[in-house]
Amino acid sequence: MVAELFQQYVGVVVATVAGFVLVGAALFANRLLAPRQATRAKGLTYECGMLPIGRGRLQIHFRYYLFAILFLVFDIEAVFLFPWALSFLDVGAMAFYEMLLFIIALGFGLYYAWRKGVLQWR
Amino acid sequence: MIPVQHFLLLGALLFSLGVYGVLSRRNAVLIILSVELMLQAVNINLVAFAVYLAPDEFVGLIFALFVIAVAAAEVGLALAIALRLFRNRTTANVDEVDSLRW
Amino acid sequence: MTGVGEVAAFWILATITVGSAVVVALVRDLVRAVVALVGSFLGVAGLFILLSAEFLAVVQVLIYAGAISILMVFAIALTPRSARDNAETAMRWLALALALAMVGLLIAVATVTEWGPQAKEGFQETASAIGEALLNRYVLPFEVASVLLLAAMLGAVVMVRED
Repeated sequence: MVAELFQQYVGVVVATVAGFVLVGAALFANRLLAPRQATRAKGLTYECGMLPIGRGRLQIHFRYYLFAILFLVFDIEAVFLFPWALSFLDVGAMAFYEMLLFIIALGFGLYYAWRKGVLQWR
Repeated sequence: MIPVQHFLLLGALLFSLGVYGVLSRRNAVLIILSVELMLQAVNINLVAFAVYLAPDEFVGLIFALFVIAVAAAEVGLALAIALRLFRNRTTANVDEVDSLRW
Repeated sequence: MTGVGEVAAFWILATITVGSAVVVALVRDLVRAVVALVGSFLGVAGLFILLSAEFLAVVQVLIYAGAISILMVFAIALTPRSARDNAETAMRWLALALALAMVGLLIAVATVTEWGPQAKEGFQETASAIGEALLNRYVLPFEVASVLLLAAMLGAVVMVRED
């Protein structure tokens, strides 16, 4: 059982290691091959043109956090939906109503957010 | 086969790191990160117990599933509180919020 | 033969998990802490696979490494000044002592206790079995979880509203 499982994930391990090696090799080769001459003009944001005003860090607006929260909640719904879909036929009609209740509760939250104007893209 | 104690020791280490983080940090976001570490430790323990000691039942796995769901709700609300705090007081440090202290 | 691979996988994953957790608990830069936390989440997902709980590993990657870390990055981007002056509190050494005492206690309990028969080989996790348990025996927590998520949504909307 464990041996079979291990066999299945050999590919994942190989892909992970290969990914790290590839990126590391690319970065290392870049450091090895690229010429480095730091001049003042290179450090500027725009080599020609206006001087930048203000800070480089953009302040995201507060309200976009709510999109992230809605995404998280419906992500969890998807997690519960998956085993439900797999065992739907075995459990029968009760499963449908139970999940309906679940989705209605979350749908009410979405409706509330909608009415509060959270979903408007401003 | 790895004995169940290995997983328990790993969980103990993670939980203690979380405890240290929660108690020693000042920034609200970092405190929440440490709370997540503690929840991870609990999940490792639950799954290890479910797999090793009660392989016929799925109690530990279901508990872990609920822990994940509750953790998600908790993180969402806790970070919302931290954001509200930052907006009202322009600080995310919990030790500067002492209006209720005397 | 595979026993060696299993043990090696456990130690590598444990090193990744605990090492990232140490970074989370010690580093002062918020973005680095979140990236290290994602590393810890992925390590735990690997441990779940090692425990042959594959569905939970997928859930771990989906919810923790996918959604919760995004939420944390959002929170960091929205609290710009908080990257500064977040040194440890004066309670740092007390916290360290408490954490050490706790790890000592937990390790003592874990090693001293007789855990009884350990039968891992018979374990077979399937998502459909979890679904069946959720819909039959654990239906009440399942519905309560939906109410909890609803409360989290409403609370976040109220907390983050414009005014």
